[in-house]
Amino acid sequence: MPDGSVNILIAGEAGQGLVTVGDLLTKSLVRSGYLVHVTQDYHSRVRGGHNSFAIRAATHPVEAPVDEIDILVALNQESIDLHRSQVKDGGLLLLGESLDLDGECVIRIPFKELAPRPIFYNVAALGALASVIGLDREAPASLLKKTFAKKGEEIVRQNLEVLEKAYDWATGQGRCRLAPLPPVEHPGTRLMLTGNQAIALGAMAAGVKFCSFYPMTPSTTVALTLAAHGPKLGIMVEQAEDEIAAMNMGLGAAFAGARTIVPTSGGGFALMVEALSLAGMIEQPIVVALIQRPGPATGLPTRTEQGDLNLALYAGHGDFPRAIFAPGTVEDFFRLTIQAFGQAEKWQSPAFVLGDQYLADSYRSVAPFDLDAVPEIVGPDLSDDNADGYERYAVTESGVSPRRIPGFGKSLVLADSDEHTPDGHITEDLAVRNTMVEKRLRKGCGLYADALPPEYSGDGTPDLLLVNWGTSRGAVLEAAAELRAKGAKVGCLHFSQVWPLRPETFLSALQAAKEVVCVEGNATGQFADLLAKAAGVRIGKLVLRYDGLPFTAAYILDKLGSVSETLRCV
Amino acid sequence: MDSKEFGEFVTAWCPGCGNFAILKTLKAALAGLGIPPHRLLMVSGIGQAAKTPHYLRCNGFNGLHGRSLPPAQGAKLANGELTVVAVSGDGCSYGEGGNHFLAAMRRNVDITLLAHDNQIYGLTKGQASPTTMQGQVTKAQPLGAPSNPFNPVAVAIAMKVGFVARGFAGDTEQLGDLMQQAIRHKGFSLVDILQPCVSFNKVNTYAWYKERVYRLGEDHDPTDWSAAMHKAMEFGDRIPTGVLFREEKPDFAARFPFLATGPLGRQPVDKAALREAMESYS
Repeated sequence: MPDGSVNILIAGEAGQGLVTVGDLLTKSLVRSGYLVHVTQDYHSRVRGGHNSFAIRAATHPVEAPVDEIDILVALNQESIDLHRSQVKDGGLLLLGESLDLDGECVIRIPFKELAPRPIFYNVAALGALASVIGLDREAPASLLKKTFAKKGEEIVRQNLEVLEKAYDWATGQGRCRLAPLPPVEHPGTRLMLTGNQAIALGAMAAGVKFCSFYPMTPSTTVALTLAAHGPKLGIMVEQAEDEIAAMNMGLGAAFAGARTIVPTSGGGFALMVEALSLAGMIEQPIVVALIQRPGPATGLPTRTEQGDLNLALYAGHGDFPRAIFAPGTVEDFFRLTIQAFGQAEKWQSPAFVLGDQYLADSYRSVAPFDLDAVPEIVGPDLSDDNADGYERYAVTESGVSPRRIPGFGKSLVLADSDEHTPDGHITEDLAVRNTMVEKRLRKGCGLYADALPPEYSGDGTPDLLLVNWGTSRGAVLEAAAELRAKGAKVGCLHFSQVWPLRPETFLSALQAAKEVVCVEGNATGQFADLLAKAAGVRIGKLVLRYDGLPFTAAYILDKLGSVSETLRCV
Repeated sequence: MDSKEFGEFVTAWCPGCGNFAILKTLKAALAGLGIPPHRLLMVSGIGQAAKTPHYLRCNGFNGLHGRSLPPAQGAKLANGELTVVAVSGDGCSYGEGGNHFLAAMRRNVDITLLAHDNQIYGLTKGQASPTTMQGQVTKAQPLGAPSNPFNPVAVAIAMKVGFVARGFAGDTEQLGDLMQQAIRHKGFSLVDILQPCVSFNKVNTYAWYKERVYRLGEDHDPTDWSAAMHKAMEFGDRIPTGVLFREEKPDFAARFPFLATGPLGRQPVDKAALREAMESYS
């Protein structure tokens, strides 16, 4: 660990407790002040299969997963076969009890000796790992006290005993040539959060009151997080009978005044598309958290991809405006979920938070959010002025009509999926039709003016500009840093809002670079196409990934040597 | 309260349509219950019956075909102070929205479904609906509707829905009473309303219903599930109308105490609870 970081991979079958060990170790690292990056890779099954939990911990910020492993914890033979080649020279192998392997730097954990019953094996593994990486024993100990406090003093005592025994045993084994993690100055309280948990927290901070969903990996944890805190925060979370119901129910709740989020993944969102169009027609603010996984159809249910940009952008029949956010960090999932609610309310349009399995399941250590700094969101018109003359779809210059809530006053609110007059009644008057289409689309100009510019980092006039969006950000930044270390002039242009796009905020950056490459996690370069449409700039060179795994710096650097056109035949 | 409170509108319905009688009865029933227009939300899907929210002075949500029940439930959960009535036809409620019908019965949110059941698709000009009788010839089913008809009241009773009734557009006195009982019932309630479609259903005409329909008498005990099921299956030479089944039970919202504090849209963010939620991840 010469650079003050360690990459640990815990691998085994589903049901072997590797996520529990990974969770506990990550929390211990975060509580000790280290910065972490966790990548979970799992098969779409509850038992068996090959699963892994990768923890990259460091004294400095880590932005992406890496392939090389310092410590491999293998709980079955398959894990050894699959990952041994990734272990660095001098790296360590920790094996489950029944496994055997010759070679130096191989340590077999005698679980039966260290723990009285199998239920304690996870804690034994935690103690051994904490010792091997040089973590102070107090960090896991205080975590176990907190975790098991509700189960009584006896349970806490037994767990601490196993932890101590395993820690001491592992200390006696040495750590081969591995250096311990250097001490880190404690930065104060840190949260250990995934992207999906950050979406849920952002929604809560934005005042979400309703969430309807149908379970679908990898989006489900957004709803589960809201459900866990819902009773205390007064958030109604309902598992609908299907995604069609989830979206329509969400619209009904939003219409009746509850700020609403609908989390889903690509296949589920495909079922919501008609109701998205309804949101556009009745000008109903609603936020869709679309957590992507590889398609088409069922695809790779538990893997990652950035393949649903076009789906989010073009979903819904007819013309209506929308905003699409694609956060690149856990902090941005929080911040931009709030921004999505703000834009949805302000422009009475649907807004998307595009995530993907990689960051949805990836734990990071983040500083607690400043809840007092959460921007005030413009809500509905709670006045009841001139109730008799109230018209839900009054034609205005901005396109935004005062939105009142049924039952909150004497004003009557009528929403209609048919083309409608300003008071919401069905019409086939074609002049009214034109007026209403134009009114709705004027809100798109407001969304355009509010759109966030991309984030530029790196050299002023780079030889190479790496364009990216959403969760590819971290790996791109690391790849750029490695290239710069070799003397190259490299810039990164990260888009955290992918629609609307304002070319004046990024055209000069695209033009200043000698070479531009777009890095995105799909097979056709969907964002590169969108840039061509929105800004008239065609990026011919693409680094794409569509094998279901997240980008790493090593992958990007490898592909940069042989960037190719997309797979499309045009 | 006068039913004039709910306004008078020019409709797009065919002369002689059963919808006219149902609408007039609904206005009188609502006025009789003393529900002011601003406390009422009518939710519908798409179809001729689904135009009803346009012909009543009240709050309205005329959504997508088949999707009257999900937004109706969402709105009721968001604001329990609203009286929420879903109104749509047999195609919308039992065909396109079939899964929502089943789920709404299980969920038991306090809303009422008025299903205008004319046993045909009217808006699209005469194709078989889920309740069209087997063998009935239409332009889309020239050899006769091949499928067994759906029996909404039997399904609802099988699910022990708290209030299940069948009404008839030709008996507005009874229909108004059924509507009022359904709206007053705490929980999901269904009134399946038989009505002729003068333009596209030449089989189940006004005269056809008139000949068969009879009011359930005092001898029917709507709390007797077996008797209710028996009556629900009666559809042929004789068709009973009235309250088929009823059972009191806690509604959906009763399980969520925080819903009792008032409309969700009026609740501020509890900053202390939010901070506690965030800090649970440290």
